[in-house]
Order: sequence, then C-alpha cells, then structure tokens
Amino acid sequence: MTQVEIIEGHRKIDPPPGVPVWDVDPYDEAILRDPHAFYAELRRLGDFVYIPKYSVLAMGRFSTVREVFSDHTRFLSSHGVGLDDYKLIPPYRPPSIILEVDPPDHTKTRKILTRALSPKVVRGLMDMFLATAEPLIDDLIARGPFEGVEDFAEVFPTSVFPIAVGMSNVSARHLVDYGAMVFNAVGPNNALRQAAFKAAEEIVPIVTRACQRDALSKDGLGALVYQAADAGEITEDEAGMLVRSFFSAGVDTTVTGIGNAMYCFGQFPDQWEALKRDPTQIRAAFEEILRFTSPVHTFGRTAGVDTEVAGTKIEAGTKIICVLGAANSDPEKWGDPEVFRIDRKPVGHVAFGAGIHGCVGQNIARGELEAVLSVMLRKVDRIEFTGAPEWRPNNAICALDKLPMQFIGK
Amino acid sequence: MVNVTYVAASGSRQTVAGNVGESVMQTALNSGVDGIIGECGGSMACATCHCFVDEAWTDKTGTRMDGEEDLLDCAAVEMQDTSRLSCQIRLTPDLDGLVVHLPESQT
Ligand code: HEM
Ligand code: FES
Repeated sequence: MTQVEIIEGHRKIDPPPGVPVWDVDPYDEAILRDPHAFYAELRRLGDFVYIPKYSVLAMGRFSTVREVFSDHTRFLSSHGVGLDDYKLIPPYRPPSIILEVDPPDHTKTRKILTRALSPKVVRGLMDMFLATAEPLIDDLIARGPFEGVEDFAEVFPTSVFPIAVGMSNVSARHLVDYGAMVFNAVGPNNALRQAAFKAAEEIVPIVTRACQRDALSKDGLGALVYQAADAGEITEDEAGMLVRSFFSAGVDTTVTGIGNAMYCFGQFPDQWEALKRDPTQIRAAFEEILRFTSPVHTFGRTAGVDTEVAGTKIEAGTKIICVLGAANSDPEKWGDPEVFRIDRKPVGHVAFGAGIHGCVGQNIARGELEAVLSVMLRKVDRIEFTGAPEWRPNNAICALDKLPMQFIGK
Repeated sequence: MVNVTYVAASGSRQTVAGNVGESVMQTALNSGVDGIIGECGGSMACATCHCFVDEAWTDKTGTRMDGEEDLLDCAAVEMQDTSRLSCQIRLTPDLDGLVVHLPESQT
C-alpha cells in the first residue's frame, strides 16, 4: 500500500495529464481584494488548472464549475468544503451536519432546514424586516455621510436575524466575526485562517451556548429546528448544530449581500435610476447583484471516485476549488459579465451554489434584501460614495471592508 | 430528446424538447416557457416551479422527493394531489410526451 502524502490537509496529487500547471496563490490577499484578473486567467487556462502550492485543481469556467459543484454523487462535501480533507485529518470543529455531509445524512437535515427557512416562514418575517429597515434608513439619510459596512450592512442582519432565530445575548460583533471565521477557515492555513482560529477560541463557546434550546425563544426559527428534535427526526445535539449553521452561514453572507448591493448601485447610479423607475425589479436586481459580486467566491469539493470532467481525468481524493466568482463572470455564459444591469435575469448563476447543497437560506437572504431595497426605493433618491470602497480579504467571502457613502433623500 | 407539453392556466399549450437528465423546470426555462420561475435554480428552496402533473402521467413521474411536500405547501397556488416541484422531475426517455399543467401564479 502506498502512503498518502498530505499537503494543506488533503491528499497530494500529480497534475492530471493535459492540465496546465499555474503557480498562483488564489488566497493571496491582493487577489482576494481584487480577484478579476485571477478569474480571467483561471478561465483562459482551461477547465481545470493545477496549483502546485496547494496541490489542488482549481476551476472557473461556468459550465464545468456548475457540473462539479452540483454533482454530489461524484464530488463530495463530507470531506469538507475547504482545503482540509476530514477523512485524512481531524476537522477544526465538529463538521457541519448540513453543509459538510452527503446523502443520506444530508437529506435528513436538509429537510428540516428547508422547512424552517421556507418561503412561508420568510413571508411571516417580512413585516419585521420592513419595520426594522424603515427607521434605520431614515436615520442614515439624516446622518449625511456614513460608513456603509459598519453603520448599515452589518446593522441590518445583526438586528433582524437574531430576532428571527429567537436568540438573545450574542453581540452583533460576535455574530459578524463568527461568520468571517467560519469562511476564513475553508481556506489554506494562511494568516487569515490563523487569525480566524484565534478568534474562534472566544466566539465558539458563546455561539454554541446561544444555540441551546433553553437559550432560544419559543417562536423563532431556532424553535422550529428543536421541534424536529421533539418529533424524533434528529437528536437534541443535532438541533443545536443546525441552529449553529444559521450563524455560520446566515449573518456574514447577508451583511455581504447588503454591502455589495450598495457597492453596485453606488458604482452604477443609472441602475439605481432604473430600479426607481420599475420597483417590481427588486428581486431581479438582487439576482444580478449576486451574480456580479459573488458574495461566496470559492468553495471546494473532493472527488469521491476516479472520474472525468470535460475530458480531464480526476483521481478520487482530489481537492477541487470551485471559483464561483469566476463562473459568475464567465463571458462564455454571460456575454458581457463586466456590465451590471438589473434587467439581466441571470438565471443559473452559482452565487447560492447549485444542486442539493444550494443555499437553504436563500429565502431569508432574498427577504432581507427585498426589505432593505424596497424601503430605500421609497426614501432614497441617490446613493453616493464619499470615498473609495475597500474590499476585505477573506478565504471564501468577497465583501467590503469600508464603504464611505451617503444617501440623498427624496 | 424528450417532448414535454406545458399547459398554461389559460389553457394555451406549448410543447418543447428537453434533454434526458434535465428537469422539467430547467427544460421550461431553456425554451422560454412562461409560468415557471425556478428562482432557486432547482435546489428545492423556493416553490416557484410548481406544476400539476397530468393525471395520465402521474404514475411515470413517480412520487415526491423527501422534503418536497413541505415546500409545495408554500406554493402560491394551493397544492393538489398531482402537485410536484418541476425541478424535482428529471426527464427520462419514458417521459416522452409528458404533460404538465401550470398554476395561475408562482409568487
Ligand atoms: C447573500 C447571502 C448568501 C449567500 C451568497 C449564500 C451562499 C451559499 C452557498 C454558495 C452555499 C452552497 C455551499 C455548498 O454547496 O457547498 C450555501 C449553503 C448554505 N447556506 Fe447560504 N448564502 C447566503 C445566505 C444564507 C442565509 C441567510 C442562511 C441561513 C439562514 C444560509 C444558510 C446556508 C446553509 C445552512 C447552507 C448549507 C446548505 C446545504 O449544504 O444543504 N445562507 N449558501
Ligand atoms: S426551482 Fe426552486 S423549488 Fe424548484
């Protein structure tokens, strides 16, 4: 038997025949801040490239990214969706029982979250979302210049989401940091990940505690998950793990969604004008914001079998990083991907993933954005930058760090 | 190719050819059939791909997937016995000629 050689937490592979070798670090902070040249070169080189620094395959062409990302039979999530292979090294935290499992385990937990985060549940939350957005946006208009990330993008989800889940006693800062930590952890062992682990020591116990049944209200999304435990579908511990997934995946992502939306409209004011003319396009506009900015830029899969994609032979155990941001900006698929236009209707974009793991919280994300944008449409005439936007490097999230801006009221 | 006929709430019919392995939702979107939105792209999260399978075909389209019912329960038009999420029906050669009826609204 040959010994498995491990690199960055997963099996070292040789470049498959015909696959170009590209000596690049996709997690370099300069690339994470401004990934577009990286995306373009990744797509130009082929369906796959081999990256020696991490011994992984990376991919950025739309059609093949979609194929790999949505094929849970050949490309597994249970080995971890980051660079670590949980079958070879111990996971840094107990793996997610929704994101990091395959069927049939996944089917069981997915069903529970689908129910807890259903369109109907979100319809019931809309009034609360709107009632929160209203005074917040009034206040921002009155303020003049403000910090778009800290004063707005972070404030809205950290106000509404804990209420929706039925959770108290966790600060907004901890919620945002927990998400950033989880997403940095799916990268290589770089400075971002190390900082995330350091932060984890403090935050993980607080979040774990906040996800216990007795810490949650009786009428929130958290309680809906615990009902599944009462019904015997999952254990009490599993219910806690599923509630935890709300905080791993549901705060930092929507913070990013709102920040990136402000970026798009500040950068392309004619598109805000277009939305003002036709407010029925709010949901369509959010789809384009998602495609254009890919809040989750990269997630991984592990080949479960020896297989082939677009003529490339892939060995079982190969880690593949699927660059969703590159797929969402592939000219082959989108024609003019560099243009942000709210009437694009980018059906099939992969910002929420695809297939059985496709974002189970997308109704919440859409509901939050719809609330924010619809209140803004009533009150905000113009969205202006008052300084240069700055991006914050993260191993999986493409988010702003600073967005000095102002709302000019109607 | 597998032919699928979509019958709109108004009664108008549109027959399009789909590929084996693709879903009834995807096939509609590929061919510009109105009346199916498929907002979540087939991840079984949105219920905007609701359809009623024609009685003659319900045996062949089979039973609902795990979790599908919870979502059908969220559909804009009330679910019936023949209701399915069209993203969860995959085309097989057996389904050539399939007829599905579309609800008046998906949102
Ligand atoms: C703009 C906001 C959001 C974006 C861009 C986003 C993106 C994603 C992506 C790309 C995936 C797929 C991961 C994979 O296939 O490996 C995913 C899965 C997931 N998301 Fe979201 N998400 C967002 C909001 C939310 C919210 C608000 C919640 C919670 C309420 C949430 C909970 C989840 C969960 C639990 C999964 C795992 C689903 C599974 O594996 O079946 N997300 N998300
Ligand atoms: S397309 Fe969303 S549930 Fe079918």
